Amino acid sequence: MGKPAIVVENMSMMFNLNKEKVDNLKEYFIKFVTNKLHFTEFWALQDINLTVEKGDRVGILGLNGAGKSTLLKVIAGVLKPTKGTVKVTGVIAPMIELGAGFDLNYSGKENIYLYGATMGYSRKFIDKKFDEIVEFSELKEFINVPVKNYSSGMRARLGFAIASAVEPEILILDEVLSVGDAKFRKKSENKIMSMFDKGVTVLFVSHSVEQVLSICNKAIILDHGKIIAQGDAETICEQYNEMVKGK
Amino acid sequence: MIKYIRNFHKYRNLLYEIVRKNIKLQYRDSVLGIFWTFLQPLMTTIVLVFIFGNVFGKSNTGVVNYPIYLLCGRLLYEFYSQSTKRAMRSIRNSASVIKKVYVPKYVYPLANTISNFVTFLISLTVLVCFIIFFFVTGKNPPHITGYIFLAPIPVFILFLLSIGIGLILCTLDVFFKDVDYLYEVFCLLLFYMTPIVYRMDSLHITNKVFFLILKANPLYSITEMFRCCVLYGRMIDINHLLYSLGFSLLTIIIGLAVFYRKQDKFILHI
Repeated sequence: MGKPAIVVENMSMMFNLNKEKVDNLKEYFIKFVTNKLHFTEFWALQDINLTVEKGDRVGILGLNGAGKSTLLKVIAGVLKPTKGTVKVTGVIAPMIELGAGFDLNYSGKENIYLYGATMGYSRKFIDKKFDEIVEFSELKEFINVPVKNYSSGMRARLGFAIASAVEPEILILDEVLSVGDAKFRKKSENKIMSMFDKGVTVLFVSHSVEQVLSICNKAIILDHGKIIAQGDAETICEQYNEMVKGK
Repeated sequence: MIKYIRNFHKYRNLLYEIVRKNIKLQYRDSVLGIFWTFLQPLMTTIVLVFIFGNVFGKSNTGVVNYPIYLLCGRLLYEFYSQSTKRAMRSIRNSASVIKKVYVPKYVYPLANTISNFVTFLISLTVLVCFIIFFFVTGKNPPHITGYIFLAPIPVFILFLLSIGIGLILCTLDVFFKDVDYLYEVFCLLLFYMTPIVYRMDSLHITNKVFFLILKANPLYSITEMFRCCVLYGRMIDINHLLYSLGFSLLTIIIGLAVFYRKQDKFILHI
């Protein structure tokens, strides 16, 4: 330990909020000519400085719209920050939304390979993990059925099984532990716990302070795009509880 | 540069998986399945031969073998138009993935072009069947010489052209959905601008500018080269080769430049 897994420096993210989305040429042209192309700037994140050491489990707390998901997306490399830098060492498994990479016409089995490839893994590697994934997702008899016929719970289970089976070095969890029934939730929590023992770095977003307390050793609070507090999980969770009560 | 190559290496499996998926899904649920890659060009060519060879007549005068002539043009055109259309929509269609996970985005237009290229190669068997058929029956057999081994050259140039155009179109399509509809019309125009059902030298065009535009169409040089190899049994025209290759490489350079400059903005628009 000691070597940081994620370093975020002076990072800001700006969005253009135009009142209506201009996505055809005619409108764009008319607005351009009549000079109506004005945008409202919106800074979803401002001046974020964050260092996550390897093996740290960081909980990210904040009210709706505080910029939690944007922060995760920037770290995952989906969004490019407007300013500042983000450095990540290691393989990231984003569980921002489970099953986002699925093709609905594809069977569960085929989707395992597709999803694995989306995360940058080779076919051989997925071959090795295949049985483990199927077993964990409890979808053995449905594995050759197209995913469009799956229930949302089944899809989430498959997504979680794949994302956790590949043994990533950094795990990004955005309220994914609310997946499936109580039994599966317990199972996935255990799975994540077992990954902790292997020294995985975790970024965890949740509204449930209890979950953050049980999983994380550190935490930050985001408010209106700024980090207003960071430190170890217990103090921050207390502070967050008071903050929520105060409002 | 090394960073890009390493990244490509990491995600080459994704490219492979998407190509595989596209091909597998294209004909799933149809009774004849992958057979359609073969049947569809065969049937449409029969329709076109019937219409332009018989009903409207005259289109076929002076052509060694009209069905093969037409099939060559149609196969190449169909590959070009299908692959560029698929590539154009690829970024929009993969929005759900691109918004959630980091993937190199060029994989999507590229994979769509490649999967169309694979089905195109399969559909070339129709051409082989046509050539064999006309040899066996002995009715205007095509002149097959050693030059048939040059046929991969125009095919490869067309592949490059499709990649370049696909990159440009998918970038535009993210920002302006109108491109979808405009390109549809453009492809129809292109079908008639390219000598697929007619011969270039059978046209009576006096307007020099118009004639030049027709000849500037890279699909014209590519189909001409292809026909030289598989139908006329002649050496390909070196001017056609240089022009179409230059044009294709230029579109790839423009495509890459546009794509790389704009790709970070994609997510805000899809």
